[in-house]
Amino acid sequence: MSAADTPIDPLNPVMPDPSALPADSPEWRVKFPHVNYINAHYGIKSWLLTKDHKRIALLYLASVTVFFALGGAYAIAIRLELLTPPGDFVQAHTYNKLFTQHGIIMIFFFLIPSIPAVLGNFLVPLMIGAKDLAFPRINLLSWYIYIAGALFTIWALLNGGIDTGWTFYVPYSTSFSNTYVVVAGLGIFITGFSSILTGLNFIVTIHTMRAPGMTWFRLPLFIWSTYATSLIMVLGTPVIAITILLVALERLAHIGIFDPRLGGDPVLFQHMFWFYSHPAVYIMVLPSMGVVSEIVATFSRKNIFGYSFVAFSSLAIAIFGFLVWGHHMFTSSQSVYASMIFSFVSFAVAIPSAVKVFNWTATLYKGSISYDTPMLYALGFIGLFTMGGLTGLFLAALGMDVHLTDTYFIVAHFHYIMVGGALMGYMGGLHYWWPKITGRLYPEGWGRFSALVIFVGFNLTFFPLFLAGYMGMPRRYHAYAEEFQVLNVMSTAGASILGFGLLIPGIYFLWSMRYGKFAAPNPWPATGLEWRTLSPPPTENFASTPIVTWEAYEFRPIEEMEVIGPAPEQSSRPVPGLTTT
Amino acid sequence: MSAADIHLTDAEQHAATALQHHFDNMEQQRVAGTLGMWVFLITEIMFFGGLFTAYVLYRTLNAASFAAGSSGLNVKMGAANTVVLICSSLTMALAVFYAQTGSRRMQIIFLLVTWALGATFLVVKGFEYAEKFRDNHVPWLNFQWEGKMPPGASVPSIRMFYWIYFVMTGLHAFHMIIGLGMLGFLIYFAWRGRYTPEYHAPVELGGLYWHFVDIVWIFLFPLLYLLGANLTH
Repeated sequence: MSAADTPIDPLNPVMPDPSALPADSPEWRVKFPHVNYINAHYGIKSWLLTKDHKRIALLYLASVTVFFALGGAYAIAIRLELLTPPGDFVQAHTYNKLFTQHGIIMIFFFLIPSIPAVLGNFLVPLMIGAKDLAFPRINLLSWYIYIAGALFTIWALLNGGIDTGWTFYVPYSTSFSNTYVVVAGLGIFITGFSSILTGLNFIVTIHTMRAPGMTWFRLPLFIWSTYATSLIMVLGTPVIAITILLVALERLAHIGIFDPRLGGDPVLFQHMFWFYSHPAVYIMVLPSMGVVSEIVATFSRKNIFGYSFVAFSSLAIAIFGFLVWGHHMFTSSQSVYASMIFSFVSFAVAIPSAVKVFNWTATLYKGSISYDTPMLYALGFIGLFTMGGLTGLFLAALGMDVHLTDTYFIVAHFHYIMVGGALMGYMGGLHYWWPKITGRLYPEGWGRFSALVIFVGFNLTFFPLFLAGYMGMPRRYHAYAEEFQVLNVMSTAGASILGFGLLIPGIYFLWSMRYGKFAAPNPWPATGLEWRTLSPPPTENFASTPIVTWEAYEFRPIEEMEVIGPAPEQSSRPVPGLTTT
Repeated sequence: MSAADIHLTDAEQHAATALQHHFDNMEQQRVAGTLGMWVFLITEIMFFGGLFTAYVLYRTLNAASFAAGSSGLNVKMGAANTVVLICSSLTMALAVFYAQTGSRRMQIIFLLVTWALGATFLVVKGFEYAEKFRDNHVPWLNFQWEGKMPPGASVPSIRMFYWIYFVMTGLHAFHMIIGLGMLGFLIYFAWRGRYTPEYHAPVELGGLYWHFVDIVWIFLFPLLYLLGANLTH
């Protein structure tokens, strides 16, 4: 009888001979499963009433994935319509609804919650060595608020949709649009509170729950960027909440604060809207920057170049981000002096953004680089974000912006930031932490292949739009002039490649949850605290509160890394390949 | 040393049950809760801030109309409500004090007085709103203006003043209603003897919220009620 067949006495385990049963092999895992946050409790109730930040992250993961697919379906319809110059697939009114709903769903229900609520929820306590977020019940509440807002929005969509554009500009949204503005607006209002509560939870957690020795300058850079993002969520989101509330009240009462008949100013709406919605761009991209900092350091096996510069550039972006909203309004009757200041500050935002890009590049220099899937996404992020950022400078220039306002140039620009930046970071982060989240490895070959497909498809979709916009093709029309067709066909072809590329991870992630290889606690290997516990982590994250005695990104040979091992009550079950402390 | 070997006083035991599993100790839990409440209050400032911005802009553009509109508000009721709220802040602070010092009876008394003062505010506010309905000063219902009309004022801008008045005071009243619910919760648990010198964070946090809602009113009262006092025609 071989060692593998011997029944194990749980109270008095005898470690079998490793040569007979390789540690961490699937057979080993079946024989010695460790209690983790996924198998600690079973049943739908244990998920819907959980207060565990890791489970809530998975609830968010499932829901934002649904919304990403829905927003993607709208994108497909838009690109199909734009395949040919005349409006033949849908009529103008339907097209208005398509791009509005694509924007609302992608921005409020996918991009804003994507990295903070999924990866942030999962990682913030793990990375700082805490047992949970400071307010676990509020964390669960934020997911229910998100779902409530989502239901309102879906109700608006099912009833016939909304056609104001995701920007809800008055007076069209308050007085003229004949669609479900109030319901969709309420959906966004409600979802905003989910974002506020998530940000509040992160700020308090990062301030008060860090493990002993985890000083501010030992924090992983993902935490710094999450902190900066949370500041924006907390300071900006209430402003969009009151703005949307005022629009809804005005629509219901037929008079209101933006009503020119009472001396109201519709441009005030634009100020209040962009006061949130410009910083919201940084809610989407700052967490991605944090993810990229983690990935670049790990896969170059080098300390990040200029840690404190990268850390403070996140805060600088968050602060500058609140001072540039007027660059959305250069053509809206805003004072030209105000425009000049907004233009200047918009250029200034490029500085902390460039600090990050240069520091990532300097980290790569003479690093020991390996091109695993997360690294491919991170490298993609750096290139695409740079292009998105540089074309942003075109739009920050006053004269240039007048020419480019409301053309496809700006559509291409913000998709380079939103998809090329935020989505690439999200996908990279999801691959990077997938072994930690599920305890399984995704198929690396398929991962690299799909990362390349997504990169090619993305560029083919959006680069032609820069050209079309530069030549004057206006956005938000269902029909366009014949001479833009070649570029639009390229874009639609690229969109189908991009869609195909995004389907592949959707499939293999699901596949890997059941059939993927088991992941070691630190598969890459990386340095953060989250890699010093089991994969997947136990419910309480660490067997004992970690005491941090090392600096961030202190790369050492893997044998020297200690794992803060299984919890005391389960230590009778051996966990392979680990030295427990 | 097992748990049975540790001898806890009653107060320590009570505090230990109030400690949530993911915090290391009561101090960490208290600091986290307090910081959370302050961050929440900052979001509230930003929320009301949007309205104050609109107020500042429109009042700058239509100063005469805002003064005229203000002269139609009931300063006596507004002033009375200001006094009521300031008193309620005092009683709330006393309730927190007695929670800290461990007097259950005084704690309940002052929470009840605070609740009563808050309710008084809302009742007075209700009478004010009724007056506005009677005088046709409700901007979305057949608005009419026969009050003072200084040079430069116009009826549409006065109507805008009343819209801002209703939205601002309405949102404030909504926050007061939430506050009353919160006080009810605190009164119930204070009556159950939940709050002790070792554990009384909810009373402190409730107090912070209550003071914030009072301060919003301290700004609203002069901005809305006292603009038109010196208008002669």
